[in-house]
This record gives sequence, C-alpha cells and structure tokens, in this order.
Amino acid sequence: MAKYIIKRVILAVLTIFLVATITFFLMHNVPGGPFVAEKSISAQAQAALNEKFGMDKPLGIQYKNYMNGILHGDFSLSLKQRGWNVSDIIKSRFPVSARIGGLAVLLALAVGIPLGSVAALNRGKWADNLIIVLATCGIAFPSFVICTVGMYLFGVHLGWLPTFGLTSPAHYVLPVFALSFYPMAYITRLMRSSMLDVIGQDYMRTARAKGLSPAKCLFKHALRNAILPVVTYVGPMLAYTITGSFIVEKIFVIPGLGGQFVSSITNRDYTVIMGTTIFLASLIIVMNVLVDIVYKIIDPRIQLK
Amino acid sequence: MNKEQNTVSAASAAEVPQNIHNPEYLVDVQHERLSFFTPAGEVKALNDVSLYVKEGEVLGIVGESGSGKSVTAYSLMGLTAYPGRIIGGDLWFNGHHINKMSEREMRKMRGNEISIIFQDPMTSLNPVYTIGDQIREVILLHTGKSKKEANDRARELLSLVGINEPDKRLKQYPHELSGGMRQRVMIAIALACEPKLLIADEPTTALDVTIQAQILELMMDLKRKLGMAIILITHDLGVVAGTCDRIAVMYAGKVVESGPTDDIFYHPAHEYTKGLIASIPNLNEKEHKRLIPIEGTPVDMLNPPAGCPFAPRCRACMKICLRSMPEYTHLTDAHYSACWLLNKAALEGREEEKA
Repeated sequence: MAKYIIKRVILAVLTIFLVATITFFLMHNVPGGPFVAEKSISAQAQAALNEKFGMDKPLGIQYKNYMNGILHGDFSLSLKQRGWNVSDIIKSRFPVSARIGGLAVLLALAVGIPLGSVAALNRGKWADNLIIVLATCGIAFPSFVICTVGMYLFGVHLGWLPTFGLTSPAHYVLPVFALSFYPMAYITRLMRSSMLDVIGQDYMRTARAKGLSPAKCLFKHALRNAILPVVTYVGPMLAYTITGSFIVEKIFVIPGLGGQFVSSITNRDYTVIMGTTIFLASLIIVMNVLVDIVYKIIDPRIQLK
Repeated sequence: MNKEQNTVSAASAAEVPQNIHNPEYLVDVQHERLSFFTPAGEVKALNDVSLYVKEGEVLGIVGESGSGKSVTAYSLMGLTAYPGRIIGGDLWFNGHHINKMSEREMRKMRGNEISIIFQDPMTSLNPVYTIGDQIREVILLHTGKSKKEANDRARELLSLVGINEPDKRLKQYPHELSGGMRQRVMIAIALACEPKLLIADEPTTALDVTIQAQILELMMDLKRKLGMAIILITHDLGVVAGTCDRIAVMYAGKVVESGPTDDIFYHPAHEYTKGLIASIPNLNEKEHKRLIPIEGTPVDMLNPPAGCPFAPRCRACMKICLRSMPEYTHLTDAHYSACWLLNKAALEGREEEKA
C-alpha cells in the first residue's frame, strides 16, 4: 500500500508537470494575447503591460519563471481581472461549482443505480423499455436543451423555481438537475448492463439455492459486484462535474469555475488558463486514486501495486 | 395451458389412475413435463419424466447436454430458470408437494432440506465475500444460531470437508483458494443445515482428474456420515459406476432407462445406454482401437420427433420407433426401459408361449 501511494504521487507530479508544459506552449502558440483585444490602449501601454507581466521575455524564460512560481505556490495574478490572484479566483469560484456538481453527482447515483437495477431485473418488460428510452434521451439531449426546457417549464410557465442565481436552496434545483441528467442516464445504462451480467453469474444461482430472499440476493450479492463499473466512471466524472459546466453556469448565471475557465481561454488570460488546467488535472488524478482505493475495498481480488 | 394439462392427465389416466405420492420415497417425481417458452417457440425440456429417490440413496442421472438432467433437479428446488415452467406432472420432496408450494415456502426448504453443488466451483462462490461469510450466511438464514455459533459451525464444516487451517480459510476470499478447495467449500455450504437431499450437478466436471476422485470420495464419505440422499448428475459413466445405487439414463427430456447400477452396466436394455457404455475407453485393451461414438446429434427440442427421440441415431431403429414412443418395459422390479425392441421381445416371448 505504501509503495502504491509513493508510486502514485510520483506519477501524479510527472503528469501535472506534463499537462502544465503542454498547456503552456499550446496556449502561447494560439494567435492573440491577453492585451490584444483592448484596442484603445496605446502601443506604449501595451509594452508596459507586457513588461509588467514578464511577457516581453522569450517564451523559454517565461516558462521557467512560471514553473518556478508554481513550485513556490505562486500561481501569479490574473491578466484580465485586475487585482485578482489566480489562487483566489479558484478559491472563490470552485466551491460554487463543487456544490452544484457534487449534488448533481449524488442525484445521478441515487437515481441511476436503482433505475439501472430495476431495468436489468425486469429485462424485456415495459419497465426496462421505459428506462432505456429515458436513459437514451438523457444521453442524447444536450444540457442546454434540458436547461432551457426546465427553465421554461418550471421557471416561466409554472413559476415554481427561480431561473438564475444561487441565493436559496430552490435556486439549486434546476442547475443540479440539468447537470445530473447526462451522468444519471449514463450510470443507468452502465448499471443495467453490469447488473444483467451479474445476475447471470453462477454465484447468484448459489445465492438463490441457499434460500435467500430476492432482496437479499440483490442487495448483498448482486449490487456489490455490479457497482464496480459505475465506480470507475464516477471518479473522473466527479472531477469534471465539480469543476463546473460552462453551459449550465452560463444559462443559470452562476459564478462557477466552469464559466471562468472558458472565458479565460477566449480572453487569453494565460495565468488563469494555467491555474485552472493544473487544478482540474490534479483533481482528476486524486479522483482516480480514490477510485482505485474504493475499488480495492469493494473487490478484494484487486491488488494495488 | 390448463386445457393442455387436462388432456394430459386424461390421457395418462388410462394407465396411471392418478399421480399418487409414494410416502416411502424422499423424492418422487411423476410425469413431470417442463417447457421453456422462448421467443423461438416452446422448448419441451422435460417430457414425462418420472423418477424417485429413497432416503439415503444415491441416484445417478446420466445423459448428454440438453437431455434434461439439470432441469429436472433444478425444478425440484424451484430454481427453474426463466422462461421455464412446469406444465404437468407432480413433484414431491420430503412430504412437500413442490407444485403447490409458494416461493416463500420454497425458500425455507432451499439450502436447508435440499441443497445443491454446481459444476464450476470457480464461479459459484461470490468473489467479494469471504468463505466464512458465505458459509455463515446459510446457517444464519435457516437456523436460530447466533453469529458466534454460526462461525463455530462454519469452522466445523470446513474441517468436515477436509480443509486444513479452517480459521485462516474462513477469512480468505474465494480467489485465494484452488478449484478443489472451492468445491469443498461449496459442499460445506450445501451441508451446513444437514439437508435430506444433496443435488450434485456435475460436481467434478470442472476439476482435474485427481481432484475429481477426492471430491467424489469426500461426498460418499459425508453421505455415510450424515445419511443424506444424493442425486448425482453427470455425463461421466465412470463417475456413477463407483458411487450410485441406481441410475436413470435420460435422453431428450425422457428417462429412457432406469435401474440398479449393476443392471445398467451389465444388462443395458436401451440402445442409447448400450451406446454410452460402448463408448467408454477400455484401458485393458491390448490393441489400440478407435473409441466408439454414438453417431448423429441430439434432437432439436423445439421440434421433437413424434416417436422415440433416439430413433434417428439408433442402430436398431424400426418403423414403429419413428411413429410413436414406447411404454416402459420392466425387465426386473427396479430395472425398466422404454424401447420398442424390448416390447418386441416381450411380444415374441408371449407368442412363443402361446405356440
């Protein structure tokens, strides 16, 4: 176990280093720059800005300076949001996205796992067909469709729910639901296929032959085996979801990290791009390690090496 | 379906007045008919199967894949897989009329009065629970024992099935044990509540030969110690020869011959049984001869032929064999077979007597 953790930490550092390097050079190779759009400023002012942020130096030096900063925990200032440190931007925006994303993942699991199981246990019957149709819709509908339909129906038409902002629990309903729709559908399908696989296994026949009730067979013997593929999927999915969705945040006017990430790219806010990319990469790595550990807990056959 | 059932009972009413349970028998299956209702049509898996097992007796059911050996045994436990359904006949076990039992009553019986071990021990244990957990589970379900008592019983069972260091094994997972060990664990689970009947569904097929012998020996030893009856399902005649009191030979959902083991081996009556015995390799043979197969393939159970199902592959097939199924001819009290050749012999014998 200790060996495994050491190995994972070394790999993680290496991965983050590579991600940072590739992003850095790719980003600088994209035409345009943080101060180009502001046409009103003079050449002199632009040169002064470039100098202030060290962007007058050759790319290699800039890279060295930036990486050096990261090693000391300094993610620099945002180029576009004056006075904002990149770490502070992430600190203020991430909790918002994480709350919505976390709730969405919980909802997706809470609905997807039972729905998938019910579909598998009623294979070929109407319940199964209905669930498959719903799950396919969930995967096929883009989130902006879900958002706008939800907004129109519950916000405008019925007037039950607010349509923007995040000031009360009711404000969470629509964005959380919109965000959870896709993973919910995906988990349902995953769960259905793995449950179908598991209920055909010999050990399920053994469980029935012991005289166990159908509920005990399902909850004790089938679920633990069938849930493994879902665990694999949930790790990275959680990382993506809690870092925020650009579309959902944009539509519901939520000050989250997802919107920030996309706007930083269009603005060529180099330091924010770097900061959020590194943050997302680290989060995904952490999630993958967590998935491995959860896997090990659920399935004793798995060895962490 | 009801109508069908009525016509069946009406038809059989002529020879057998009623399906009356013989209380001497622990297992009493009479005229069982079972079909799988698949999208392709009705697969008649069992076509009028009758057999019995007395207390403490070992019955071997032999036959090739798809002959209905396992289906018969599973139906006895109420474990018939979807879309299969019993559509006729009566099954009794230990005084229970299986046909009339609810699922709840059946659950109380399963793993308690009747248990089963399966062909493949590698996949029959749940990979995510310890051996101890899986043995204790069935004890806790059917007896009023506490967790500690159940654990003691589990340890005792492991020693009983010849597993060393039981305390260590209880904490291990199935993947940490070999195939033979896992089959021993399956036997321990099956015997946990001291059942009246153990169904062994090809218990040695997936094991290598030396382990096969050990497992069979263990089962017979436990039978002597605990006194339960065994139904041993196999397609290996070598396995039944040394272990079974009686043998039922099944072909295409019918019992074509049944009798004491010696009678079946030394005086086989049905052409299929003869073929099976002829196909056993003989190690004492001086010359190297080719093995003798039974030519042809098993019948399509979706469209079974009108007459004897074995007729298309039978070397001694007659016209009548293709038209209708023969009744059983009793060679001795316990040895009977369904073959027109026997009827012919019986008829000729009678004619000679007359002359």
